[in-house]
Amino acid sequence: MKSHNRYELSGGQRILRWLYVLTLIVMGFTGFGQMPIFKRYYIADIPGMAWAANFFLTHYIHYLGAIFLFALIAYVILGYILSGRKQFSLTASAYVRIALLGGIVVTGIFRVFKNLPDVVFFPGFTLFIDIAHLGFMMVYIFSALFFLIIKSGWVVRKSY
Amino acid sequence: MANEISRRLFIKGGLAAIGTVGASSLPLPATVRGATQGALATLIDIRKCIGCEACVEACQEVNEPKFPEPEKPFPKMYPSRVKVSDWSDERDVMDRLTPYNWLFIQEATVTVNGEEQTFTIPRRCMHCQNPPCADLCPWGAARKLKNGITRIDADICLGGSKCKAVCPWHIPERQTGVGLYMDILPAFAGNGVMYKCDRCYDRLEQGELPACIEVCPENVQKIGPRDEIIKEAHAIAKEINGHIYGEKENGGTNTIYVSPVPFEELNKAMEKGPGKPHMKPVEDSMAHADNLAKAMVIAPLAGAVAALGKFYKFTKNDNGSEESRK
Ligand code: SF4
Ligand code: SF4
Ligand code: SF4
Repeated sequence: MKSHNRYELSGGQRILRWLYVLTLIVMGFTGFGQMPIFKRYYIADIPGMAWAANFFLTHYIHYLGAIFLFALIAYVILGYILSGRKQFSLTASAYVRIALLGGIVVTGIFRVFKNLPDVVFFPGFTLFIDIAHLGFMMVYIFSALFFLIIKSGWVVRKSY
Repeated sequence: MANEISRRLFIKGGLAAIGTVGASSLPLPATVRGATQGALATLIDIRKCIGCEACVEACQEVNEPKFPEPEKPFPKMYPSRVKVSDWSDERDVMDRLTPYNWLFIQEATVTVNGEEQTFTIPRRCMHCQNPPCADLCPWGAARKLKNGITRIDADICLGGSKCKAVCPWHIPERQTGVGLYMDILPAFAGNGVMYKCDRCYDRLEQGELPACIEVCPENVQKIGPRDEIIKEAHAIAKEINGHIYGEKENGGTNTIYVSPVPFEELNKAMEKGPGKPHMKPVEDSMAHADNLAKAMVIAPLAGAVAALGKFYKFTKNDNGSEESRK
């Protein structure tokens, strides 16, 4: 694997990475919380977790997470374009993750759009969007775990 | 008064006749047909309702083909605390909402000008303008239609009852043992199908009136383009010095009640509980989502500005160090 030329993250990048991972965990949890399963499967019974069964609250947090994620993604993309790409190139696993994340974000945007007043989707489209959003997320989780195991990062330092 | 009495007498005799007029012979008014692009709303003038329940019976009758026919015994569900909701042996219940009764007549006895008066109020789904049941349905089984109907698709619904939990009036009612979940993992996910008034979407498509509106001998309900209905509701309210419910509740609904007494009083006087919704003021449940959606537009800009700022600082520092090296 490419681990030999895996690039050591700087302090700032490490913070960004943790923010990203943390946001995705929160998004994953509150996203799952949109299905009525936390109450049925005792998650909400764990002391301090009763909030997890409050659909409006998990929905609110999911939206807040999306706001943060959008800002983070814009920051990282622009940062990469402005300065990062001179020194680093994206790994194959980064492209896979970008594609999946793109899928999650785009379907998520549609979902937010649908929730606005006066927006009506034709039947079947909402179902498609919902399942695609969940599907992209599940594939993302599994591929992220796989890339973690094979130690494939997002970027490698360009060799000159 | 005399007029009212004669009308009542007419109803008693004429109700059967109305029933035989046939479903399709009372077409949707032209204004409604022409306005199918926009949201339709119903006006419910509770002064007129005599509580005959003809609407309730008509609703059961025309919607019978949509009612659940559950397979029994129900598959065992895990964990064991998951409750079975079974109304299939109580299909005749008319005094509350059930999967087999999407409309009921709620009573409220209040004192008006020192006199006791009982109001009978048809209750069903409000068909919200921004329905949390549809917005938050994780499958898109509950959805909002262009003509202002909120409908739960019985073929997709898994019966998780989230729509009921987030509905400010807890309208949808569950029947276990039917629907898609039976074909997936009946023991572990889902619990049936949620049912509620679909405002006779199929009849509206055919240019017919919802059954409850068509059959009502007192013309309690009226359906039309929402803005016209709102105008009319306000005109009536002004005339009788009355009150309106449903225009602003939950951010606006397509069911507009008009009453001569404040809804607060009616709400206090009516029996509430499972299948018997309140008439309290309701805040817009989806307001938080609408506000955060706006912030989502700004978020990427904020991120980009931060990146630009950092880059600018970075290049400036870079230049600075170059210069200092000279
Ligand atoms: S709305 Fe009409 S049909 Fe229904 S109970 Fe009242 S008067 Fe009878
Ligand atoms: S009243 Fe309840 S079930 Fe009906 S549209 Fe509004 S939120 Fe949905
Ligand atoms: S509109 Fe149709 S489904 Fe709704 S209460 Fe009236 S008859 Fe029943």
